[in-house]
Amino acid sequence: MPKLTIDGQTIEVPPGSTVLQACEAAGREIPVFCYHPRLNIAGNCRMCLVELEKSPKPIASCAMPAADGMVIHTDTPVVHKARRGVLELLLINHPLDCPICDQGGECDLQDLTLFYGPDHSRFAENKRPVADKDLGPLISTHMTRCIHCTRCIRFLNEVAGVEELGACARGEHMEITTWIEAALTSELQGNIIDLCPVGALNSKPYEYRARTWELKKTESVDVLDALGCNIRVDSRGNEVMRVLPRLNEAINEEWISDKTRFAYDGLRRRRLDVPMVKRDGKLREASWSEALRAAAERLAGTGPERVAAVVGDLADLESMLLLKELMAALGSPHLDCRQDGAKLGIGPRASWLFNPTIAGIEQADVCLLVGCDPRSEAPVLNARLRKRWRQGGFRVGRIGPPRDLTYPVEELGAGPQTLQEVVGGGIAFAQALRDARAPLVVVGSGAVARPDGAAVLALAASLPVQREAWNGFAVLHRAASRVGGLELGILPGPGGRDVAGILHGVEAGEIEVVYLLGADEIEASRLRGAFVIYQGHHGDRGAAAADIVLPGAAYTEKHATYVNTEGRPQRGKLAVFPPGEAKEDWRILRALHDALGLRSDVATLGDVRARIATLAPHLARIDEVTPANWEPLADAGAVDRAPFGYPFDDFYRTDSISRASAVMAECSRLARERRASEATGTHG
Amino acid sequence: MMLRDQDRIFRNLYGSEPWHLDAARRRGDWDGTRDLIAKGRDWLVEEVKASGLRGRGGAGFPTGLKWSFMPKQPTGQPVYLVVNADESEPGTCKDREILRHEPHKLIEGCLLAGAAMGCTAGYIYIRGEFVREAEVLQAALEEAYAAGLLGRDAAGSGYDFELYLHRGAGAYICGEETGLLESLEGKKGQPRLKPPFPAAAGLYGRPTTVNNVETIAVVPTILRRGASWFSDLGKPNNTGTKIFCISGHVNRPCTVEEEMGIPLKVLIERHCGGVRGGWDNLLAVIPGGSSVPLLPKSICDTVHMDFDSLREVRSGLGTAGVIVMDRSTDIVRAIARLSKFYMHESCGQCTPCREGTGWLWRMMTRLAEGRARLEEIDLLDEVTREIEGHTICALGDAAAWPVQGLIRHFRPELERRIRAAALQQAQQRQAA
Repeated sequence: MPKLTIDGQTIEVPPGSTVLQACEAAGREIPVFCYHPRLNIAGNCRMCLVELEKSPKPIASCAMPAADGMVIHTDTPVVHKARRGVLELLLINHPLDCPICDQGGECDLQDLTLFYGPDHSRFAENKRPVADKDLGPLISTHMTRCIHCTRCIRFLNEVAGVEELGACARGEHMEITTWIEAALTSELQGNIIDLCPVGALNSKPYEYRARTWELKKTESVDVLDALGCNIRVDSRGNEVMRVLPRLNEAINEEWISDKTRFAYDGLRRRRLDVPMVKRDGKLREASWSEALRAAAERLAGTGPERVAAVVGDLADLESMLLLKELMAALGSPHLDCRQDGAKLGIGPRASWLFNPTIAGIEQADVCLLVGCDPRSEAPVLNARLRKRWRQGGFRVGRIGPPRDLTYPVEELGAGPQTLQEVVGGGIAFAQALRDARAPLVVVGSGAVARPDGAAVLALAASLPVQREAWNGFAVLHRAASRVGGLELGILPGPGGRDVAGILHGVEAGEIEVVYLLGADEIEASRLRGAFVIYQGHHGDRGAAAADIVLPGAAYTEKHATYVNTEGRPQRGKLAVFPPGEAKEDWRILRALHDALGLRSDVATLGDVRARIATLAPHLARIDEVTPANWEPLADAGAVDRAPFGYPFDDFYRTDSISRASAVMAECSRLARERRASEATGTHG
Repeated sequence: MMLRDQDRIFRNLYGSEPWHLDAARRRGDWDGTRDLIAKGRDWLVEEVKASGLRGRGGAGFPTGLKWSFMPKQPTGQPVYLVVNADESEPGTCKDREILRHEPHKLIEGCLLAGAAMGCTAGYIYIRGEFVREAEVLQAALEEAYAAGLLGRDAAGSGYDFELYLHRGAGAYICGEETGLLESLEGKKGQPRLKPPFPAAAGLYGRPTTVNNVETIAVVPTILRRGASWFSDLGKPNNTGTKIFCISGHVNRPCTVEEEMGIPLKVLIERHCGGVRGGWDNLLAVIPGGSSVPLLPKSICDTVHMDFDSLREVRSGLGTAGVIVMDRSTDIVRAIARLSKFYMHESCGQCTPCREGTGWLWRMMTRLAEGRARLEEIDLLDEVTREIEGHTICALGDAAAWPVQGLIRHFRPELERRIRAAALQQAQQRQAA
């Protein structure tokens, strides 16, 4: 362990640390622009210069390895002069447009200039203008503000894995550019907005909408995929203005996907904001009491075996519990949370969790993807896989159709037969899995959402991926509600029907009333024969089939718990109130209990949570993963020959919120055009 | 004192004889190369160390010491020698003459240097504009391969050494050793952060030594004639011979090999027929290529041309490209032109150089016309000091030093111009 002296204080740092890290460990703040702990070191901003004794020049502390016996000074005239000089030089060509710059108030250049910079400009020449670049619908550019730290280039190259930005020309003419003007394609591109230390890269949808200091900041979690990325919802009044990532090393580090970041404009469109009841074939506004009474009458007046409920992908834990209790009180076994028909939830808990945890990916050395496209199902998790690949010694194999994941993947085959071969040890990759120290098998939710899903799951679970203190079996869900639903047992009861059975039952006239809790990913047109009560926040597929609409709250509008694919319960918080007369979902279900005259002893959200804690104590341990014990799965029959498919082709439009978002629609259109042009061979 | 003909290393510097292998052999090249290699790595490195040879590319780092940083034991992994033939320093044309007329000295030097460091391959990175030179060097390489002097069992020594020629695309910054390595790897020529130094992680992340053409080309002769012969020439710590390139206001600009430490005045008077209009017509000299501060005549009268003497007068030997300026020179415009060069050639990677070189040039342009305030001279000096020592590579220093030299030695001239311009402006206002 190298021992250094920093401003007279002796400090020991782990080997491989930089001088900058040592200075931070010693409690010295070193100003930086280009340095970012998750990106390669560029050392180009020169803001972090410190004095090293016996060195003729000040050194760039971000790039200098800490060595034993170094004597560092961070508070000397040389250092102050260097910092002031760098800032003066950065500012000479930086426009003085802070009053209209979106970064104002959260700008590194502003902050560091205040502390370390000159108080006036001595630059008497003309400033350098730089033409703005069109990077697509998500990122707006003001390239004159760019300070050439190259964080955006490094992020896209290293983390996102697409080489789409670079620096052209040299000297003072150097520009960050796509060279041939084109929209960025990365599904993680929004992160470069956060990384940009100045206002050169801004969020296009948010631009000029608000000043940072006007915003109320609510720490919450994302529900647009099953990772439960930690986010901060910035709102003004009753409007979500933007979504930013929040640091969580266990889940998303500090990245979020573009859907998580930019789909929020969907929260303002196509909202269900008043209760509605169908009269004369048309949905008409109604009061809450009317709507609830109508729903209660219908539910109570139908035989329990003719009532069914489907839980959607964005549902929270609390409302799912109340729905389950409602169905139990009614006496109906027809309840399911698996809209896609995934054959999960039958076996032990470990058979449907991402057991090795997301952070655990970094321990893995061999990875097999089974019918899984992490890049579109969970881009942030894909970035973690790529991060692991960049560290070296990581072999990734895939069973399923080829798709670019930004790192090399061995294509093993397309369908369950290949999986059988791997299990049987017939191909070389099987040996790699057996020999691996920490093998990882990621089963996509698409791989088990097929008739032979249970057999596929059992087959995948029979792979030799258990080690001491390591369970490499991982199911990658894509619905935020799914694991919570499975934990609570939102599954058909004895003799109950699953989603396919319910739809079939409706068509056969055996199911009369269907309660949809935000269920939009089913074929709603097949519900025509039933009386549909839709509780949810968007006028999407489910609401289109509804006879009664009970307007609920989106994830930014309620205090709610979600369990991510690892089985980690996390709390989302209310940032803005539900629009119009819409209510938090647990309240609606609680009110429905009353309307039905059912006895319910929950009065507050705390009561619901207490109930959850008694039913499933591990769901009350917020932010913690409770490991599941591994048990081998029972054989579940023969597998089909059909190749695996992926749950969606269009990453940008996967749920009622992102489908309502104009920004996501534009991204989706661009992606489609790109694919079409590639298919015709007119590209490159 | 004057370098005796028998001590001259580059006997064909002016191309009076052909460059090809037969002629080179007649001049003594490739003589006993195998026996030199047979003496072993340690002997080769020690001999170069003992000769006191310092790098001829500008920085003057002891060559033998640099070689000794390379891994001592072969690991089975590649280790590279890279020769910097990207000679782009304004006022410098020494490597060009070697490439044109003495390519076999360079190729033999590469083999010996490669053997001394256990290199598996060598790359010569030649400046893109050197079209004819690259043709000559490529032809010489092919001759050497055909004669069994390179490749498997090079020169019968039992040592395998491949040598490749790579042409640059014409950027000054690719002459910086790590910028050169980036360019050689096919990337944008931007200098790397140091540490790690190339000897630890250079070309393709492998241990690499980057040497200048002249440094490598003198090695065979040093080894053949002995370290003591070389170290007896010149002055202590500044040994041997050096190729000087004298350009500008002299009667006969020339490239000439001379002993290190020759007085500047002797160099100019003896080899160049003196300053145009006589020594007293001298205004200033830039002694080491455009990157070093200029010297006014008062210093030129007595200064010696070697690393340490020039450092004492706050300049440097650099590449030994001597630019002579007589009293007809507009010295401010001359330095302003250099500022423009550095602005143009800055790679743009790090802040001080990217932003500062443009600022310097703009201020210098105004100062050349006197369109400035007196305080701006101090501002200019401060800006050079905000650049100097704060950049990734030495281009920032190189941009700062000529301006610093100008202010140091010609401040009265700068002030005079500002006053004159102000006076003229006032008169114009009055007339109007």
